[in-house]
Amino acid sequence: MEDTLLIDAAERFARGEMTAEEKLFFEELRKKSPELDQLVVEQLFFLNELERYGSTKNFRHILQETESKLVGEGLITKSPLNGKAKVIYFWKRYKRTIAVAASIAGIISIISAGLISAFNIKKNENLNLLVGKLREQEIKSQQIEKKVNKLEKNVGSSTVVEKPRVEATFRATGFLIDGNNNFIVTNAHVIKEARNQLIVENNKGEQFVARSIYVNPATDIAILKVTDNDFKKLPPIPYSIRKTNAKLGEQVFMLGYPKQEIVYGEGYISAKNGYMMDTIYCQLSTSANEGNSGSPVITKNGELLGIITSMETNAEGVVFAIKSANIYRAIDEVKKMKEYKDIKITAQPSLKGADRTSQIEKVADYVFMVKGN
Amino acid sequence: MSNLSQEKTLLEGLAKEDKASIEQIYRDNYTMIQSFILHNNGTADDAADIFQETMIVLFEKSKSPDFELNCQLKTYIYSVSRRLWLKRLQQMQRFGRQTDDVADVVPVDEDLELHEKRQQDFSIMETAMGKIGEPCKSLLEAYYIQKKQMQQIADEFGYTNADNAKTQKYKCLVRLKKLFFAQYKNGQ
Repeated sequence: MEDTLLIDAAERFARGEMTAEEKLFFEELRKKSPELDQLVVEQLFFLNELERYGSTKNFRHILQETESKLVGEGLITKSPLNGKAKVIYFWKRYKRTIAVAASIAGIISIISAGLISAFNIKKNENLNLLVGKLREQEIKSQQIEKKVNKLEKNVGSSTVVEKPRVEATFRATGFLIDGNNNFIVTNAHVIKEARNQLIVENNKGEQFVARSIYVNPATDIAILKVTDNDFKKLPPIPYSIRKTNAKLGEQVFMLGYPKQEIVYGEGYISAKNGYMMDTIYCQLSTSANEGNSGSPVITKNGELLGIITSMETNAEGVVFAIKSANIYRAIDEVKKMKEYKDIKITAQPSLKGADRTSQIEKVADYVFMVKGN
Repeated sequence: MSNLSQEKTLLEGLAKEDKASIEQIYRDNYTMIQSFILHNNGTADDAADIFQETMIVLFEKSKSPDFELNCQLKTYIYSVSRRLWLKRLQQMQRFGRQTDDVADVVPVDEDLELHEKRQQDFSIMETAMGKIGEPCKSLLEAYYIQKKQMQQIADEFGYTNADNAKTQKYKCLVRLKKLFFAQYKNGQ
């Protein structure tokens, strides 16, 4: 493993982490062996390129954010729909962002397409088949639930503190709406991915077991309950949930987990309805890589307006969010369950008037990564 | 504060990727660039693109150790944007009436040449990053771009300890390097 040793040495040399003695020895080696020196030069050059790549990437991201902010203020005008050449240009520039967007929208369309064709071939036969499958699925999920409950009990009774980390096959975002019952809202299409385990993870990297108590594919809302005993009670939730529709042009911010750490984004309400005039959703204009499924959309006064769900794949910065009124409908359904009659959400947001960074700091504790396998 | 020292503060902020400074530079200069591009066969979208690219040129310049701006910031931004736009017009063959109104332009060819080279390097690295796949990509980004500690990375990615994460990182880096240089040496 000479290579790894060399890489390590070159890295520590570049970062100035070597002791004087080590450095002397290293430089002596380089002088003696031109081949080694060549390798070191190459490595240093490469590290420098990597460094520059990183900072340019970060910088471009900030530019994009600044630009969309100023578009919101009207200082910059941009046409909503771009010509073909433009699309390719953006494609090159934001390949990764668009790939994320495409995968989210793709999930939804693939599933609906599959069902439609199944119905078309032989209606009745297939319908029966489907019903049978659904039953099977239901029984399976009940079995899994039993198993999970059992596991939870075991975990609760044992004194072992160390929890095994879960190897996740999917990742999304969710946010707390009731701190007494530990209810977290996320997208229904996210929960569908959980076949074995469902976990929420806070911004400190602590993981907690959760299970879904309510799933509505029509509004794409799911409510999870954190069942883990280790889950500590948080101070009252700082945001409220808006009952009325969002207004055009309202400035909003979002927090979510498009990657392993929490990511902040800004945008504004750009249309009252969603894709193809779907009234469940409203449309946001924001830089596309900010939103991952289940992220909360919050106004400067601390009112939650929606839940980020999907993105349009052929336009830049068009994001759809479920209107917050649908959360109330979900809560009403949950209230009907005997054991959760006492579900309660914050009425007065405590975020109002605070500056953005402290708002983010407060909200970040209530936004969770939802993952599982 | 004098105009000059104000500009110096802004540029120092820019080099440190400070959002407020970046926003201020937009506010101070965007309208000027937009009107130049609109008057020269461009659209509002072109203006936004050109301004972004100009900001990247300025950012690269502000980070170099021997950085010195020997003209007004406004003049520099105008010169770079103008040069970038004329070049793009040339590429698109969208020549028309050219209003060479302002004589207040400084030579920026050298800066733009360097910028072009950097952009090329950037896209080579981006392609290589795209090819190495996960978890390599996230792992390398966490270490080299977000500058996280090995222990933290081990926790986040689920490696049993920092040494394991480090070994994995080496493997990924070697692959990235190979991909990068294959492309890089091709382009030379």
